[in-house]
This record gives sequence, C-alpha cells and structure tokens, in this order.
Amino acid sequence: MGAFDWKVIVDNFSFLMRGLGMTFQLAIIATIGGLVLGTLVGMARISSRFYIYYPATVFVNILRSIPLILVIFWFYFLVPIIAGRPLGDFLSATIAFVIFEASYFAEIIRAGIQSIPKGQMQAAYSTALNYRQMMQYVIIPQAFRNMIPSLLTQAIIIFQDTSLAYVIGLKEFLRSASIVDAREVRSLELYTFVGIVYFLICLTMSTVVKRWEAKKGKMR
Amino acid sequence: MTFAYEFRWSVLWQHPYGEWMLQGIWTTLTLGTICWFLALLLGIIVGTFRVTPWRPLRILATAYTELFRDIPLLVQLFFWYFAAPRVLPAAIEQYLYRQVPNVEFWVVVIGLSIYTSSRVAEQIRSGVQSIPPDQFFAALSTGLTHFQMYRYVTIPLAIRIMIPPLTTEFLTTFKNTSLAMTVGVLEATFMSQQIEAYTFRGLEATTAACLVYLVITMLVVLLMGFVEKKLAVPGLIARGR
Repeated sequence: MGAFDWKVIVDNFSFLMRGLGMTFQLAIIATIGGLVLGTLVGMARISSRFYIYYPATVFVNILRSIPLILVIFWFYFLVPIIAGRPLGDFLSATIAFVIFEASYFAEIIRAGIQSIPKGQMQAAYSTALNYRQMMQYVIIPQAFRNMIPSLLTQAIIIFQDTSLAYVIGLKEFLRSASIVDAREVRSLELYTFVGIVYFLICLTMSTVVKRWEAKKGKMR
Repeated sequence: MTFAYEFRWSVLWQHPYGEWMLQGIWTTLTLGTICWFLALLLGIIVGTFRVTPWRPLRILATAYTELFRDIPLLVQLFFWYFAAPRVLPAAIEQYLYRQVPNVEFWVVVIGLSIYTSSRVAEQIRSGVQSIPPDQFFAALSTGLTHFQMYRYVTIPLAIRIMIPPLTTEFLTTFKNTSLAMTVGVLEATFMSQQIEAYTFRGLEATTAACLVYLVITMLVVLLMGFVEKKLAVPGLIARGR
C-alpha cells in the first residue's frame, strides 16, 4: 500500500496538460461538427418527403443503437480503406465523433423544432416567406433558444465521450495518464487526478447549464 | 470509386472465431443484466433520498449523483481497476488479482452499476417530481396514511411514467458494457477486436459486433414499446408514436 505521492503529477504536468488540450480539441471539433451535421439530419427527420425522412431516420436509429467505442473502431478501420492510405488516429476519431454525435444532436434539434407551435409556421408562410426563410428566420432561432440547455448538456457528454478515443491510441487526457502510469507505476495518483480534473470541468459546465435554465424559467 | 479491400465475411463463422463471438455476446448480456439490476436497486435508493424531506440525506444523494455523473465512465472503470486496489493492504490486492477468477468482470460490475445508478437516481427524482402535488393532497384527504399514499398512488404512477426513460437507461447500460473491453473483460466488443488481431479483418469483425448491439437494442425497444402501451396511464399524453 503506497501513500499518495503527487510528485508524479507535478513531474509530468506538461505532458498531461497536452493530453487535456487534445481532449478539448477533439471535444470542440466534435461538438461543432456534430451540431452542423445534426441540424441537417434533424431537419431531414421532420421532412414530409419520404426519401429524405427515411434515410435520416435510419441513420439516427442505427447510430444511437451502437456503442460509441464500436463506431470509433469502425471508422478507424474504414477511413484508411476509403482514403487508400492511413490518415492518422486523430482524423479517424474526429470523423467517428462528428458522425456519432450528429445522431444525438439530430434528436435534440428535431424535438426543439417540434416544440414550436404550428401557428408560427403558418404565420411565417402567410407573410410570403419561403421554406428556407421560414426555417432560418422564424423557426430555428426560436427552437434554438429552447434547445440551449439540452445542447450544452450534450456538449458535456461529448467532452466525457472523448475519453473513449483512448481505445485507438489517441493521446488524449486518459491515454496520456496511462502512458505516464506505464512508466511510473502510480495508478492511484494518476487516475484520481484525471477523475478530479474531469469532475471539476464537467461540474462547472453543468452548473452553468443549470443557471441558464433557472434564468430562462424566470423569464417566462 | 473502387476500394482496395476485399471483404471476407467468412472469418466470422470460421472455427474458433464464431465461438469467440458467441461467448462475447453471452458475457455482454450477463454483464449488462447484472449491472442493470444492481443499478436499479441502488438508483431507487439514491433517487428516493433525493426527494426525501430530510436535508442531510438529500445533500448526500445529490453529491453522489453529481460525482458519478461528472466523471467519464471509462475513467471510473480505470479508477476501480487500476487505482482503487492500491489503497487496499498488499495481501488483499495480491489475492484479488491472482486468486479471484474473472476479477475484471466484477470490477466492471461495481463501476458500471455505480455509474448507472447515479443516472437512474436522476430519472427517479424527475419521475416522482413530475407527479402533480395535488395527487398527494387528494390521497391524504381521502384518509390514506403516508405509507398507503406511496403504496397506492405515488409509486404506481411514478413507475409507469418512468418506464420510457428507464428503458433508454437500460439500453445505455447495455451499450456501456462495451467499455469493459478496456480492462480485459471478454465481451462482444473485445472479441471482435481479438478476431481483428488474429485475422486482420477489422471492418468485418467490427461490423458484426455493431449488428449484435443493433439487433438486441431493437428487440428491447419492440418489447418495451409493447409493455409501455399496456401500462400507459390513461389521460396522459403518450410519448412518441
């Protein structure tokens, strides 16, 4: 039984922080990419045209039924085959995350759009806006405001999900810690440290979300 | 566009690999089921604590849910597997690693159950809080005791309201068992990657594992859709179609 020895954290601090930087980088790209793709898929999910509605529904339902870890592996094997050459762990992880998170964002966006009363749509059409203008200027801005708490919560989940990129060897925060652990054999300190850092970041983000929700509740 | 890749699906039912996959599926199912029941039990206890009138208990339960929800599951599993045994006396640590068969499996049971219970507790809390308080007043005004109110009014309503979110949680738990591969539990995802290691058929093996999860998820969704319809609370807007 070893007592806590935090020296290992201090000694490897810059290496661990580079890992955390990679985690943030992946999380931010996945959130933005997932949101853009998810908005398109979410709109497709409420389309009245079956050839738009069905592919989007199949996409969402399949991805939501598969563990993220397998999606990461799948793109890890698929991307080099399509590209014809290896493109690196980061790129294949990014593609996997964007596509996977898009399926979750799509459902949030769909629910957000469906939460807007139909009258808004009819009013927009009656002022001679076309479909794109109606969506862009009337529905999406309102829907977006309702969705902000769910979107931020999903961003927190994405931040936690990026730890799974560990499995393909991407040097994000957890992998960095395990690399240090392989050399220094101080699992207790390292994984406790990783846990505390994740906890503080996620707690801060979720507190912000709760504040936002409370403020929004008061406005109504 | 042509792919410089020839698919060879036959590896999936060749001699050792097909059996590996079946074994993996079996482990996934047992792991998921055990974790789910433990998480439900623990989650109901913590969830009830979160809505109790006694404040210290409420704070404790809130701390519990926040702690386990705000750390990624993979980090928690690593903590339980690599870090936590270090605080035990060396003799017990040695015994755990050397003597206990399947120690990874039980470590994941601990980690995944605790993680899931914090999410279940949240669902229980919001389920109970979604019942209009008038129901409680009405129940008490008809002369029911507090216990009878819980037994005949609150719990039957809350359970039925909570079926859809708890189904989602069950499916999440089942998908989360795939993380057990990182600590060496031989479940479906692990087996698919082991087949890859032996045959270099990564895309086929991974696709097969995806199909396993897809089929099981669909079966559960179908079954629970049926249960949900049977148990729907009359007068409430049904969720989904």
